[in-house]
Amino acid sequence: MAPVLETRQLCKSFGALTVAERIDFALEPGARHALIGPNGAGKTTFVNMLTGALAPTSGRIFLGGEEITRASQAARVRRGLGRTFQVTTLFRSLSVLDNVALGIAEREGIARRMWRPASRFTEVKDEAMALLGTLGIAADAATRVQDLPYGRQRLVEIAIALGLRPRVLLLDEPAAGVPSQDSGRILEVLGALPPDIAILVIEHDMDLVFRFARRITVLVQGQVLVEGTPQEIAADPRVRSVYLGEAAHG
Amino acid sequence: MVLYVIAVGLSVTMGLMGFVNLAHGVFAMAGGFILSYAMARFAVPFAAGLLLAFVLVAAVSVVLERFLYAPLYAAGELAQVLFTIGLIFASVALARFVYGTASAPVFLPDHLTGQVRILGRDFPAYRVFLIVFSAALIAVLWFGVERTRWGAMVRAAVDNRAMAQSIGIDTRRLFTLTFALGSGLAGLGGALGADILPVHWGYPLEHLVYFLIVVAVGGLGSLRGPFVAALFIGIADTACKYWVPELGAFLVYAATIALLLWRPLGLFGVRA
Amino acid sequence: MSGYSADTRVRWTEWLPWVVALAAFFALPEYLALGARILIYILFALSLDLILGYAGIITLGHSAFFGLGAYTAGILSTKLGINDPFLQLVAAAAAGALLGISTGAVILRTRALTLLMLTLAITAILLEVANKMSSLTGGADGLSGVQVNPLLGLFKFDLWGKTAFLYCLAVLFIAWFFVRRLIYSPFGAMLTGIRENTTRMHAVGAPVYWRLVLVYTISGTLAGIAGALLTQVNQFVGLNVLGFEPSGELLVMLILGGVGRLYGAFIGPALYLIAQDYLAKQFPEYWYFGIGTLLIVIVLFAPGGILGLLDRLKPWLPSSRPGSSARASAR
Repeated sequence: MAPVLETRQLCKSFGALTVAERIDFALEPGARHALIGPNGAGKTTFVNMLTGALAPTSGRIFLGGEEITRASQAARVRRGLGRTFQVTTLFRSLSVLDNVALGIAEREGIARRMWRPASRFTEVKDEAMALLGTLGIAADAATRVQDLPYGRQRLVEIAIALGLRPRVLLLDEPAAGVPSQDSGRILEVLGALPPDIAILVIEHDMDLVFRFARRITVLVQGQVLVEGTPQEIAADPRVRSVYLGEAAHG
Repeated sequence: MVLYVIAVGLSVTMGLMGFVNLAHGVFAMAGGFILSYAMARFAVPFAAGLLLAFVLVAAVSVVLERFLYAPLYAAGELAQVLFTIGLIFASVALARFVYGTASAPVFLPDHLTGQVRILGRDFPAYRVFLIVFSAALIAVLWFGVERTRWGAMVRAAVDNRAMAQSIGIDTRRLFTLTFALGSGLAGLGGALGADILPVHWGYPLEHLVYFLIVVAVGGLGSLRGPFVAALFIGIADTACKYWVPELGAFLVYAATIALLLWRPLGLFGVRA
Repeated sequence: MSGYSADTRVRWTEWLPWVVALAAFFALPEYLALGARILIYILFALSLDLILGYAGIITLGHSAFFGLGAYTAGILSTKLGINDPFLQLVAAAAAGALLGISTGAVILRTRALTLLMLTLAITAILLEVANKMSSLTGGADGLSGVQVNPLLGLFKFDLWGKTAFLYCLAVLFIAWFFVRRLIYSPFGAMLTGIRENTTRMHAVGAPVYWRLVLVYTISGTLAGIAGALLTQVNQFVGLNVLGFEPSGELLVMLILGGVGRLYGAFIGPALYLIAQDYLAKQFPEYWYFGIGTLLIVIVLFAPGGILGLLDRLKPWLPSSRPGSSARASAR
């Protein structure tokens, strides 16, 4: 099966500092893939290059077989690449419904319309409510995001990304900062995501990673150390030394 | 070059502290008035007058910073812009009320007037003095920011205020001090330049664009940037007035726009 | 408020400005000149609110559009002999749109400080040009004797300003209608999104830059129309329509009323100009000082302006607030 997201020899350096070195990465359609690695391994840099927030020094990126290396962020989104942010990036003083609706409206090309009132586009509102329902936060639809507890805000992040009907979804530490009783909810949500979307999760929460991912890539100092199934990764001595080695050094 | 001394203070407050202080020209104006008044009324010598301008303006700025500026650090750009515009309006009105509509006269000391012979050409002595002074200033500032602990602390505090506080840096005092330095420099610049840019009640508004151009073109937070930018503007302005007087200041604006399109962060901008 | 669950029916309080205006027309015939001026500035403020309050673009150069529109109307009349009021308006609108799209495309690539500085630079450039090209613009003397043909061939601009007032009122009404529709439309919701979190807007696939250029152009068009109205009403245009003062004053007016809340653009200019008419005559030296201080006070204590204060005092007062605070920052 042709990969839906692919990078070839992706590199990024800031002057003398190399944060990504010849990364070859492929994501299958419907994948449940996790990207792990110690702090500073370059995971977020990699994601930023994928989404277009950061330009690579060299290498190429492909989405659904088409090259997107030079495409703008918005263009990539329109071609089916969605993401959530490590630090919640929401429209804070807008309602949850509006947050999700804005994304749906962009996707449908409705956001350009200047005459008819937004509230008359009931299809947008209905779809947003349905989406909120599947994530279990429909009751919060009218609440302003800034008034929500942090765990629910993370869910809104995911809702917005889903509203874009992406082919590929990049989740940057979806459980970060979420109190442990709420992270179970996040895992539930992740598990219930549509099977045809390819999902790449960056996470430090190993519990979540091992329960969610079917394949794991380990990134260390900007390079891919190893890639495989959760069992293979857990058993790999190199991975253990990277993490245990870290622990030994404190 | 006058622009440089004034603008470097602005680059400091805006680049290092992230605060949009459009009222910077007010401090410059105050410095000019102080020098003029001190020399006229109290026969204070030129150098002492400059020092007085620097110190007094810095002192007043501390008061303003503590009570008016500080609450707005987190308030967002619009609030800062509005506040400083309000400050401009109020100060301009005050200046007009106190000083009337005339410009503040400044009498340069004899050894700085007249011409000076360099490399076979005559240059106005005062302008040469200004360039030399600015170069010295840049050296001092660069040393201060790059090499001293103070400079490192400011850079850390701006980069991440909460983090800096947690390692024991008193960001409040740091910001106040930095602001005082920036404003003091403005006062100094206004005083130094009073001969070339006459100080009158409309001063902060009249030159606002130029201050901003120097800072934006030079790059926020940089020290060399405004120097190069001010130099460039001075030359461009003089050249334009000499060769194509009908265009007036148009060339400077056009060049600014072109430059910013090429380098949106300014020539030496460091912050993304 | 704009957004996908907003109630878009016109609330009864939204008819108040028009009722008040018509009442003033009949009850205060001596003040119609001031009234027309207020109406013009309301339109000008509406245009600024679109980009400042809704899209979050901080500009100090809005007078560039105002002045361009004013001079277009003036030049059309005095130099080209075109005195039809609607043609003058259309020309001013087109000029405003052209300036909007050309400068917007350039400056909207930059952010915050650089953007602000460029808006100042542009209005300074226009002022220079107007000053220098005195054969066209009358230079420092301005253009007097601007003629405006009777509206629809019937209504002459009379000395008491009756026609002028109703004319401005009609234009403002039409503009208000369009702006209100825009705010409640998906485009308006999208603008709010850009203001609230530009990064997020990029991440949902919005071509942010082009949308901003578009709204900047629309804003410039409206401001140009306002400028033309001023020329038509005064039958004169001078250099004071350009430069920092009109931009700065407009900003004060809008902040006073409340940014991003449609009707802030009504209340602000009305209060400001009425106060100025009375106070500036009595105490001219104190006027700017007072304005400056007022601005500082507002920013520190009442950033939502008058409408923000009313919000806090009366929770049941209907408003057009898009659910955001007035401490908008351009990102």
